[in-house]
Amino acid sequence: MTDYQFNKRILLDKIFKYLLILMATIILIPLFLILYFLFSKGIQALNWNFFYKMPAAMGDLGGGIANAIVGTIILILTASIIAIPIGILVGIFLAEYKDLKLSYWVKISCEILQGTPSIVIGIVAWSWIVKPMGIFSAFSGGIALALMMLPIIIRSVEETIKLIPLNLKEASLSLGVPYYKTILKVILPTGLSSIISGILLSISRIAGETAPLIFTASGNPFMSTNLFRPIESMPLLIFRYASSPFPNLHNIAWGASFSLVMFILILNLISKGVSKKWKIKY
Amino acid sequence: MENKVLEIKNFYASYGEEDIIKNINLNIYNKKITAMMGPSGCGKSTLMRCVNRMHELNPNASHKGNIFLNSNNIFKINAILLRRKVGMVFQKPNPFPTMSIYDNVIAGYKLNGIKKSKEEKDYLVEESLKNAALWEEVKNALHKKGTFLSGGQQQRLCIARALAMKPEILLLDEPTSALDPNSTAFIEELIVNLKKTVSILLVTHNIAQAARVSDYTAFIFLGELIEFGETDKVFTVPQDKRTEEYLTGKFG
Repeated sequence: MTDYQFNKRILLDKIFKYLLILMATIILIPLFLILYFLFSKGIQALNWNFFYKMPAAMGDLGGGIANAIVGTIILILTASIIAIPIGILVGIFLAEYKDLKLSYWVKISCEILQGTPSIVIGIVAWSWIVKPMGIFSAFSGGIALALMMLPIIIRSVEETIKLIPLNLKEASLSLGVPYYKTILKVILPTGLSSIISGILLSISRIAGETAPLIFTASGNPFMSTNLFRPIESMPLLIFRYASSPFPNLHNIAWGASFSLVMFILILNLISKGVSKKWKIKY
Repeated sequence: MENKVLEIKNFYASYGEEDIIKNINLNIYNKKITAMMGPSGCGKSTLMRCVNRMHELNPNASHKGNIFLNSNNIFKINAILLRRKVGMVFQKPNPFPTMSIYDNVIAGYKLNGIKKSKEEKDYLVEESLKNAALWEEVKNALHKKGTFLSGGQQQRLCIARALAMKPEILLLDEPTSALDPNSTAFIEELIVNLKKTVSILLVTHNIAQAARVSDYTAFIFLGELIEFGETDKVFTVPQDKRTEEYLTGKFG
């Protein structure tokens, strides 16, 4: 091999390596731009009143988003109560019965569910619940969000349990522990940190969803904690305020956007922390 | 040759079409160590897993013939109850990673929801760890996670866990194949001491290990029991040509 060819290879190696680093750095830019932009616009809207006051009357200055915060929390709780138990059980099923025909179909439908546009999920929840009940409700919004959480939780539980070595299960079974106790007391606790982190990720994924709520939770300018009445949520509030003509409302929308993004960011960081800190070595 | 703990009678087993175990008749004697040796894939692990019916975890598993544990047909009792009477130690040490050393030892009771008083538990943990020759090393760290121990210590913890259930027979499935030579020597010594308290069935593909620790040796080849007898005799005057060839390293 000539020196020329050799140098060329080294050069190509280097170019390739720096290309990778360059691309990885570029991907950081949008995130920081979003954060910077939201921070500079949103921070001025934030004060104590913002979080615990109700929205001001139309045309008045100031006001807060207390109803939207409470609404978002209720929607997330409703969705979690529905999606977490089902998601965990289905995830266990997929990991334990890989070869069944049913698993194959469950997997496919999870993938389809994950790919379904969120507005469509909203419309489905509308036709299932809102229409028969005749009223927009927090409950229907929770169902729509639960449908969006499910595939994420299922996938994360399935992957987690598949990684747990078979010999732990065998150890438990060989002690005469029944199958269901083996799963609940040995396998689930062993994968708990990854499962929790998957659940937190799925919550952060739905916390900012707007489209599925338009036809379900619908929004509500007043404080409501009733599951079967329309309820406000932060993304809905942002959507309505940002498309209104009033600068005061724009300001509040910025503040709400900033708070929502921070909430999601923190949730993501906690989820990373949980999976690292409580990681179980096996 | 009285005092049979385990009697395997005309036993066949398969995972699907082909029989992996073919017409095996074998007796395991009380408070003795019986080694099953043979080349990889000969069916010795499968036979062992049939003894506590772990082979049934494979949905395609089937069997013919019978196995008697202290004269009880194991296929006539509930698999869960059977497994509480049959201790098993696996190739790779597998302590429960979420549990402390203490909880690992009594895991069989804890996971099954069998209530025991604090004194009973303390006594059981100490006795089992002493029997597994691990007590001295861990007595001050009982509430640490079992996974912080070395590989050899973990394997002894698994032995203690099996012993705590007071099994009628202890199955050891190549218990040293994932360990270093020092830990292996230690565990072999432990196995020899254990026969005072429990009958042992040991699967190994290490011929020297079978010779070192066992009282009886069974040689299994292609799913058939080729030879069974006292270890001294099997190793010095093997009756079957295939046993001799295996022992002298002509195959396997």
